[in-house]
Amino acid sequence: MYPPAFNYSAPTSVEEVLATLAKEGEGARVLAGGQSLIPMMKLRLASPSYLVDINDVDGLDYITDVNGHVAIGALVRHNDIVKSELIGSTNHAMTDAAPWIADPIVRNRGTVCGSIAHCDPEGDWNSVMLAARAEVVAQSAAGERVIPIDDFIVDFFTNSLEPGEIVKEVRVPKYTGRGGGAYVKLERKIGDYATVGVATQLELGDDGKIAKAGIAMTAVNSKNTRAAAAEQVLVGETPSDELFREAGNAAAQASEPETNVRGTEEWKREVVSVYTRRGLETALAQAQAQA
Amino acid sequence: MTTTADQVGHLHTPPEIGGIGHSVRRHEDDRFIQGAGNYVDDIELPGMLHMAILRSPVAHAKILSIDTSEATALEGVVAVVTGELMAEHNLAWMPTLSGDTQAVLATDKVRFQGQEVAAVIATHPYIARDALGLIFVDYEELPAITSPQQAMADGAVLIRDDKEGQADNLAYEWESGDKDVTDRAFAEADKIVSLETHYPRSHPSPLETCGAVADVDPASGQVTIYMTSQAPHAHRTVFALVAGLPEQNIRIISPDIGGGFGNKVPVYPGYVIATAASLLIGKPVKWVESRTENLISTGFARDYHMKGELALNSEGRILALRTEILSDQGAFFADAQPTKFKAGLFHIVTGSYDYPAAHVVARGAYTNKAPGGVAYRCSFRVTEASYMIERLVQNAAYDIGMDPAEFRALNFIKPEQFPYHSPTGFVYDSGDYETAMRKALGIVDYEALRKEQAEARAEGRLIGIGMASFTEVVGAGNSKDYDILGLKMFDSAELRVHPTGKAILKLGVKSQGQGHETTFAQIVAEELGIPAGDIKVLEGDTDNTPYGLGTYASRSTPVAGAATAMISRTLREKARKIAAHLLEASADDLDWEPGKFFVKGSPEQSVTIQDVAFAAYTNPPPDEQPGLEGVHYYDPPNMTYPFGTYVVVVEVDAETGEWNVDRMIAVDDCGVRINPMIVDGQIMGGLTEGFAAATNQFITFDDEGNCIGSNFMDYLVPTAWETPRFELDETVTPSPHHPIGAKGVGESATVGSPAAYVNAVIDALAHLGVRNIDMPLLPDRVWSAIQNATG
Ligand SMILES: Cc1cc2nc3c(=O)[nH]c(=O)nc-3n(C[C@H](O)[C@H](O)[C@H](O)COP(=O)(O)OP(=O)(O)OC[C@H]3O[C@@H](n4cnc5c(N)ncnc54)[C@H](O)[C@@H]3O)c2cc1C
Repeated sequence: MYPPAFNYSAPTSVEEVLATLAKEGEGARVLAGGQSLIPMMKLRLASPSYLVDINDVDGLDYITDVNGHVAIGALVRHNDIVKSELIGSTNHAMTDAAPWIADPIVRNRGTVCGSIAHCDPEGDWNSVMLAARAEVVAQSAAGERVIPIDDFIVDFFTNSLEPGEIVKEVRVPKYTGRGGGAYVKLERKIGDYATVGVATQLELGDDGKIAKAGIAMTAVNSKNTRAAAAEQVLVGETPSDELFREAGNAAAQASEPETNVRGTEEWKREVVSVYTRRGLETALAQAQAQA
Repeated sequence: MTTTADQVGHLHTPPEIGGIGHSVRRHEDDRFIQGAGNYVDDIELPGMLHMAILRSPVAHAKILSIDTSEATALEGVVAVVTGELMAEHNLAWMPTLSGDTQAVLATDKVRFQGQEVAAVIATHPYIARDALGLIFVDYEELPAITSPQQAMADGAVLIRDDKEGQADNLAYEWESGDKDVTDRAFAEADKIVSLETHYPRSHPSPLETCGAVADVDPASGQVTIYMTSQAPHAHRTVFALVAGLPEQNIRIISPDIGGGFGNKVPVYPGYVIATAASLLIGKPVKWVESRTENLISTGFARDYHMKGELALNSEGRILALRTEILSDQGAFFADAQPTKFKAGLFHIVTGSYDYPAAHVVARGAYTNKAPGGVAYRCSFRVTEASYMIERLVQNAAYDIGMDPAEFRALNFIKPEQFPYHSPTGFVYDSGDYETAMRKALGIVDYEALRKEQAEARAEGRLIGIGMASFTEVVGAGNSKDYDILGLKMFDSAELRVHPTGKAILKLGVKSQGQGHETTFAQIVAEELGIPAGDIKVLEGDTDNTPYGLGTYASRSTPVAGAATAMISRTLREKARKIAAHLLEASADDLDWEPGKFFVKGSPEQSVTIQDVAFAAYTNPPPDEQPGLEGVHYYDPPNMTYPFGTYVVVVEVDAETGEWNVDRMIAVDDCGVRINPMIVDGQIMGGLTEGFAAATNQFITFDDEGNCIGSNFMDYLVPTAWETPRFELDETVTPSPHHPIGAKGVGESATVGSPAAYVNAVIDALAHLGVRNIDMPLLPDRVWSAIQNATG
């Protein structure tokens, strides 16, 4: 398939990237891993006039342990998350989700920040970020600002970046107590987007009760959506099968799936409920395993 | 998993010769694994132009006007072709392989989403595509018919108003078997088991899409078309007939083909438009369709709505079968199938079982969907037939409280009944169904598994064991019964042994990945003793190969393979005379062992086949023509009937309806295995496609006729990651009428396996009363079945 014509440059510094974006205006787009943008261009669903390729910019592929959070730079690929020990020991849901993203070829190229910026309601990362209560660092020629993930995700394929802004990094808070998380995804085959995905995260207090809870859903709303009522069900309570079932039902109620070729609305709701429960069970086991 | 023995229990040739039974590495892979294959899209000719096709965005509409002025004005655009222009050359319509007509470029109406409306010829493929956006078509939309039931309903809008005398949307009506005898058997039955199910529309989706480079030389009138064709000779004849071009001036070359699976049997509008454009412009024109174009417009497969009934007596013997089919043909009836049989070979639906009566009624309806009905890796609707009977048999066992395996054993055609005359007119050549089934059950440890299943059920876990004991019918013809557009279904082989003992074998069939360059060399190696590595196999160039009907329906080994064996034997007899001349002995006094002749009783007096080949050119016997070559046209006396049993074990997640294959055992019997490794590869590929059909794969449409499944994110092709691990085994029951005892095997697994997977899921839920879930068995469908059964 053949995309329409476009202009292209590959700057080597963030400053140049930002300057080019400012100059080229509306029609310009950042090209990160290209795993969403290029397919859309091939199908002529997107026809940017200018691509600013950020892959040659040095120093954007960091995964760093900063006070209280892990910072993930704009050129960290999905597969870097699969391999990262730092992520493995600080965020179970991310480690869980990474191998579910696409296939190895796409994972070697696609970026976490690109995926977050893309705001595809079937994308997996934004659910994980919601469950973890991550923050997005946006940068433009004018400076930096930090945007809570809930505010960053506006609607399907719509984020809250201003023209000229890029996602420089995403900050994933570390557990403050004993924590655990999971990502449970129903896909039709390897490399498929989610039919249903649920990210869960739990932190336990010293009393064994749930101190913090994060639950967010993929592909069952017009955007990745936090199941706030389900989180409320959990916080302050002692974990139990019953409680997790209740949370599952609350999550299902917050989902608004559509009947389509992947399955019926009714069934998808049921899967949200079951997956939420299963995710919470895994998250709990991980949290309890910590001393 | 390799075979080490042929039917006689030993190999005739040593590994250096590599005849039948050796897992010789595929000769063609040298170039493929180096990325050095040569496909249609690799063809570059001087001055070549590029073509792109504008397709209808709607399923059913009148074309009011087409404005091509802006597109024509775009720099780099050489021509814009519409149906009107094609009509001036009498090329707006073309025949299908089922004797219907199909629009090349729409003139009056569009009848499916994706139909060809106009074509741009430009200096660059990007420009051609840019220009598509500058063609403006005014459509007046008509109601879209998206199911055959809708098509057959009273008052349905007429889709084929182009056809004189066509008053409704019926595409064909056909029946087979004896209705009266069958009805009588049903009247006397103790039990009747029925099943209504849909085999969904699927697509062969070869990795290489369809395309052509048409090169018409204006001076000489020579037409050379590089084309993704499974049947280049037949296509040349169709071109000659359609375009009225002199056949000797048409040369079709099928270079390397990146998978066909039946998708490259039809002639597509793109080939015709590219050729017409080259003819008009006087320059080569390349057309290669995109993935989406391939999925939405080229030959689909299946789409059979089936009803089946079995009549049983009180002992569980099958008395008769009744089936009724309503097929969704799309806008043009374009099944690729033998002329006599409007529902392909669906009437093989009586399967591996022995009963005297059957009746099949098939009707097809036009709908506003892409045409096709190609035999996707199957011998003309055998897949649908095998699916129907194997599902029915499994359900019958549940309904009369018998074990499905024992029910099959009771009803199988017995080995001593072959050749077996089926109630719909087939003559099965050979088989031993129970031995194959018992072998598969032994591998999976069936009894232990049934116990495990019962224990799991007690814990609320759902395990299912499904099976299918299929029989296929492959290798058309004989020419008495089988032809395509009148062309009889024989095939041919031309063999030339050169002075140094190396040979070139030319065939009328065309590999699309099946390994012909190796397998057919091995047949020659077996028969002539020339090492397989010394034999080059050429196919796909109509100027340089003998006539043949092409490769589909598992017919290459049954037909062209037989031709190869026969011509090798003819040359061996000539070689014997040359050897006698060299050894100064009488031809009758010579014995043959692969690779040499020797004087009976004195093996030291011998000549090799290479000595003989040299002598054929340097020292031929005085009464013989020089040279060592010949051609054989083989008209098979019958089809071949491969069979086997597949067993699948699954576990179903009762909460979500997801299911997983724990084991997949395939015992295949394709007669003598020429290259066991290639056979195993064919079977694994087919098992994968069966898995795809059972789990995920279908092309569906919304109410407006929009195609859902127009790319590989929606139309799912499994990869090695999710495909189950296959456990293969075999039995060997040679075909009695094939020169080397081989049967076709390219499609057994696609044909036989879907029912095995589906039966496994049904088996997991059978105790709840579930008897059917339509393919694909998406988790939501399985979940709904559980919900409905348990209330
Ligand atoms: C076959 C296939 C399967 C897939 N399966 C999945 C899956 O299962 N789950 C899943 O979550 N995703 C899946 N994806 C999408 C994949 O994860 C993409 O990599 C990801 O969505 C986008 O990241 P990217 O780096 O490739 O972004 P690009 O494609 O380069 O860009 C995507 C969009 O984000 C913008 N953008 C990118 N980076 C930035 C930035 N730093 N700042 C501002 N804007 C930016 C671009 O301008 C563009 O609009 C799949 C993709 C393919 C091709």
